[in-house]
Amino acid sequence: MGKRSIEILVGVFVLLGMLGLVFLALKAANLGSFNTGDTYPLFARFDNIGGLKVRAPVRSAGVTVGRVVSITLDTKTYQGLVRMEVDRKVEFPRDSSARILTAGLLGDQYVGLEPGAAEKNLAAEDTIKQTQSAVVLESLIGQFLFNKAADAGSTAAPSGGGAKK
Amino acid sequence: MIGALATVGRTALETLQAFGHHAFFFVDLLRNVPAALRRPYLVVGQIHAIGNLSLVIILSSGLAVGFVLALQMYYALVTYGAAESLGLIVNLSLVRELGPVVTALLFAGRAGTSLTAEIGLMKAGEQLAAMEMMAIDPKSRVLAPRFLGGIISMPILAILFSTVGILGAYVVAVLLIGVDAGNFWSIMQSSVDVKRDVGNGIIKSMVFGIICTFVALYQGYETQATPEGVAYATTRTVVIASLGILSMDFVLTALMFSTP
Repeated sequence: MGKRSIEILVGVFVLLGMLGLVFLALKAANLGSFNTGDTYPLFARFDNIGGLKVRAPVRSAGVTVGRVVSITLDTKTYQGLVRMEVDRKVEFPRDSSARILTAGLLGDQYVGLEPGAAEKNLAAEDTIKQTQSAVVLESLIGQFLFNKAADAGSTAAPSGGGAKK
Repeated sequence: MIGALATVGRTALETLQAFGHHAFFFVDLLRNVPAALRRPYLVVGQIHAIGNLSLVIILSSGLAVGFVLALQMYYALVTYGAAESLGLIVNLSLVRELGPVVTALLFAGRAGTSLTAEIGLMKAGEQLAAMEMMAIDPKSRVLAPRFLGGIISMPILAILFSTVGILGAYVVAVLLIGVDAGNFWSIMQSSVDVKRDVGNGIIKSMVFGIICTFVALYQGYETQATPEGVAYATTRTVVIASLGILSMDFVLTALMFSTP
């Protein structure tokens, strides 16, 4: 095998490797989607962040407009402080609200931003004032049982009074 | 009684000596890498011998592993109604684990044994001694180009394994089983992270390439200069390289993927 054909074959080999890498990066991973620069940070405080993780998407009307960058505990208010990077092309009014929602029934949690009606927009490093925490299963169950007990109590009293009469 | 203690002590000392010998050999290889880079035609020839000639087995194994993964994961996922995530599961399994590890095991079996046998036969035929007589350092002429060839080929082979595996899984899942093609790709694209999954897989394959090539070269260079010795060294290459790969895989996975 001549020297030239060996070099050509090795070149083809390396080229195939690079094409494979490009395929894996673009078609089989999230490089093509949102993660390029030009973002501005926003903060939001939640009573309970639930299962929100770093790098979770930030969506508005279901469209991904940003990513969660860090989640820390604010030691002054004991709330979860979430820092998000939002695409610079999208701006939200000052009274927008942030909620922690779940994608599908068993999916990952993400931050949903709903625009308000104010005239001025949120600037970089601003904090979103209106937030709604993630749904915690134990609180739901507790609420359900409390409602059930309240219903049972209110239906028992009139029938008891009627029986006495 | 004393004999047993003496044996234990001797074995421990021999093991430590072996570690030191390996370390010196590795440093010698690294020292000769610049000399090998000055002769790129040698490195290119070795990439051809190590990488190109392994393509057939790597690609066909990748295709087969992709087929099997798609089938097995489908049967497991369909019980939970999560058959749409088939692409994601296959991609993560291949890119994070099976791509680097299976490629490394096949590489140790095919390229590692050929390296060991070639260098062992050079030693048995006294070619290495003849080179030293001519004031040519065999480590820079023979060993370092093969080391570089192995390190460069291994990540490329692992990437091709994963790529072909994903395409094979696509063929089985979408064309044979009937999973939705759009969901197959989009769920995969939204959940696989380039730096964390693909990038860590490539780092793993580089580490495995260094381990495989180093073990193969060491066993070849240090073999007994007899046909029996060469045969023994060839099998030792496969065994030691495979054990090294699997234990490093555990360590690397624990380092890279422990916290989300």
